[in-house]
Amino acid sequence: MAERRYEISRIPGFATIAVATFVMLYLPIAALVTYSFNAGNSVAVWEGFSLHWYEKAWANQAVKDATVRSLTIAVCAAVISTAVATLAAMGTTRRARFRGDTFIYVAINQPLMVPEIVTAVALMILFGMVKQATGYQGLGYLILAHSAFCIPFAYLPIRARLEGMDLSFETAAADLYASPWQTFRHVTLPLLGPGILAGAMLAFVISLDDVIITEFVKSGGQDTLPTYMLGQLRRTMTPEVNAISSALLALTVLLLTAFFLLTRKRD
Amino acid sequence: MSSAAEERMRRQSARNGWLLSMPALALLAVAAIGPLAIIVVYSFLTPGQYGNVVWEFSWDGWVSILFSRDIFDGTLGLADAHLTIFWRSVKLSIMTTLVAFALGFPTAWFIATRPARQRAMWLFLITIPFWTNLLIRTFAIMEVIRAEGVINTVLLWAGVIERPLAIIYTDTAVLIGMAYVYLPLMVLPLFAAIDRFDMRLLEAGYDLYASRWQVLRRIILPIVKPGIVAGSILVFVPSLGAYVTPRVLGGGKNMMIGNFIELQFLAGRNWPLGAALSVTLLVIVTVALLFYVRAANRGSNPHG
Repeated sequence: MAERRYEISRIPGFATIAVATFVMLYLPIAALVTYSFNAGNSVAVWEGFSLHWYEKAWANQAVKDATVRSLTIAVCAAVISTAVATLAAMGTTRRARFRGDTFIYVAINQPLMVPEIVTAVALMILFGMVKQATGYQGLGYLILAHSAFCIPFAYLPIRARLEGMDLSFETAAADLYASPWQTFRHVTLPLLGPGILAGAMLAFVISLDDVIITEFVKSGGQDTLPTYMLGQLRRTMTPEVNAISSALLALTVLLLTAFFLLTRKRD
Repeated sequence: MSSAAEERMRRQSARNGWLLSMPALALLAVAAIGPLAIIVVYSFLTPGQYGNVVWEFSWDGWVSILFSRDIFDGTLGLADAHLTIFWRSVKLSIMTTLVAFALGFPTAWFIATRPARQRAMWLFLITIPFWTNLLIRTFAIMEVIRAEGVINTVLLWAGVIERPLAIIYTDTAVLIGMAYVYLPLMVLPLFAAIDRFDMRLLEAGYDLYASRWQVLRRIILPIVKPGIVAGSILVFVPSLGAYVTPRVLGGGKNMMIGNFIELQFLAGRNWPLGAALSVTLLVIVTVALLFYVRAANRGSNPHG
C-alpha cells in the first residue's frame, strides 16, 4: 500500500469544498457557452450543434451597431484614461512624499469605492442638464464617464510597474545631458511600456463590460453590447444573447491572458 | 546638500506631483467625484410633479426614506415598503458575505497550500470570473437556476423532484447570484492572508495536542482575521449597492436599494428621495471601507 505523506496544512473537507467551488464557478459559464451553440431557439433544450446564433447575431443590425459603439467607447476610454493615469502614476511614485499625495491616491481610486448606481444617477442628472443646455446628444458623455471610472484600473498596473523600476537609468540619462523630455521619451517610457499596455487593456475590458453607468448616461438609441443584452431580458431570451456573451467572454479571457503574461514577474 | 536646496527640491517634487496628477483629477472631478455633490443638493429639493425637482428647499426626500405621508389626512407613518427593501438588502448582503466566506475560505486555503507552480494557475482561475462581465456571469447563473435550467433538468431527470423548483425571481435566486458573482472578491484577500501564514504554527499546535478544530479556531482564524475582514467588506459593499444581479434574478418584485434608487429616477417617481437614498448608501459604504482600510493596515503591520 502506498504510503501517504502527512501534510500538516491539510484540513479535511477543504479540498473537496474548494474543488466543488471551482466547479460551481465554471459550470454556469460552461452552460452559457454550450447553449450559444444550440441549433434550436431555446436556451434550455439542446437540439444539436450549430453556429446559427452567431450568424444571426452577426447579421443583426442592432448588435452590429452596439458592437461598434462599445468598441469605440472602450478604445477612446482606454486611451484617455491610460494617458492621464500614466501622468498621475509618474507624479505619485518614486518621489518624496508630499502634502496631498494621499488625497490624490484616494481621489484616483474613488471610482472603485462608490457604488456604481450612485455615480450613474449623479451623472444622469449632470449630463441631463448639459444635454438640455447644449443640445449635444452624442457619444461624448459616455466616453467621458467611461474614461473617468477606468482611471484607477489603468493607474494601478502602471504604478506597480513604476514602483519596480529604480531611478538609476533616468539619473544616468540626466548625467549625459538628456533633457527631462528626452529622458522620459527614450528611457522611462520604453521601460514603462508593458505597464502602460497592461493598464490600457484593463481599462478597455472594464469599459467594454460596463452596464450601470452606460444604462443611465446613454441617450436614446445609444445601446452598447451590455445594455443591449440587458434590454433583451424583457423579451423571450434566445441563444443569441448567449452567443454575444460568449464572444465577449472570449475577448475578455484573451485580453486577460495577455495581461497576465505582460505583468508576470520574471523570477 | 544644504537644507535650503533640499527644501527647494522637495517643493518642486510636490509641485510636479500635483501637476502630473492634474489631468486625471480634473477628469474625475467632472465625471466621477463632482457629480456626487449634485446628489447631495438634490436630496434637499422638492420633488417635481413628473420627476425631476423643483428648486425649493425641503426635507421631504430624507423624511420619506423612512416615513410616508398619508394621502388623506397628511399624517406621517412608517413606510413599510421601504423598510422591507432595506431589510432585504441588508439581509441578502450579510447572507451573501457568509456564503462567500463558507466557500471562499476553504478555496483560498486550498490555493495557498498548492505547490508554488500550480498556485498561479488556480489563482488565474479565480481571477478570470473576477474580471468577466458581471452581466454575463449573472446570465450564466440564470442559465443554471431557471425553471428549465441545468439544476431543474438534472433533478427532474434523476427523479428527485416532480415539478421544477421555482428558484428564479426569488430572494434565494438573488442570494445565489450575488454569492456567485462576488465570490472572487472574498477569495483574493483571504488567499493573500493565508499565503503569509506560517504553517509551522500548525505543527506547534498539533505538537501541543490541539485538535484540528482547535487549531482552526485558535490559531488559523485569529491570524488570518484581517483577510477575513477585508474579504467580507469587499463582498458586503458591492452586494449592498447591487443593481444588475437583483434586477436580472429578482424580477421586478425582489428589489434591493440599488433598484429602488433607479425606480425613483427612471420611473420619475421622486428624485429627492432617490438622491437621499444614494447619499445614505454612499455613507454606509464609506464607513465600511474605513473599516476595510483599518483591517488592511493591521494586516500589513504585524505589531498593529
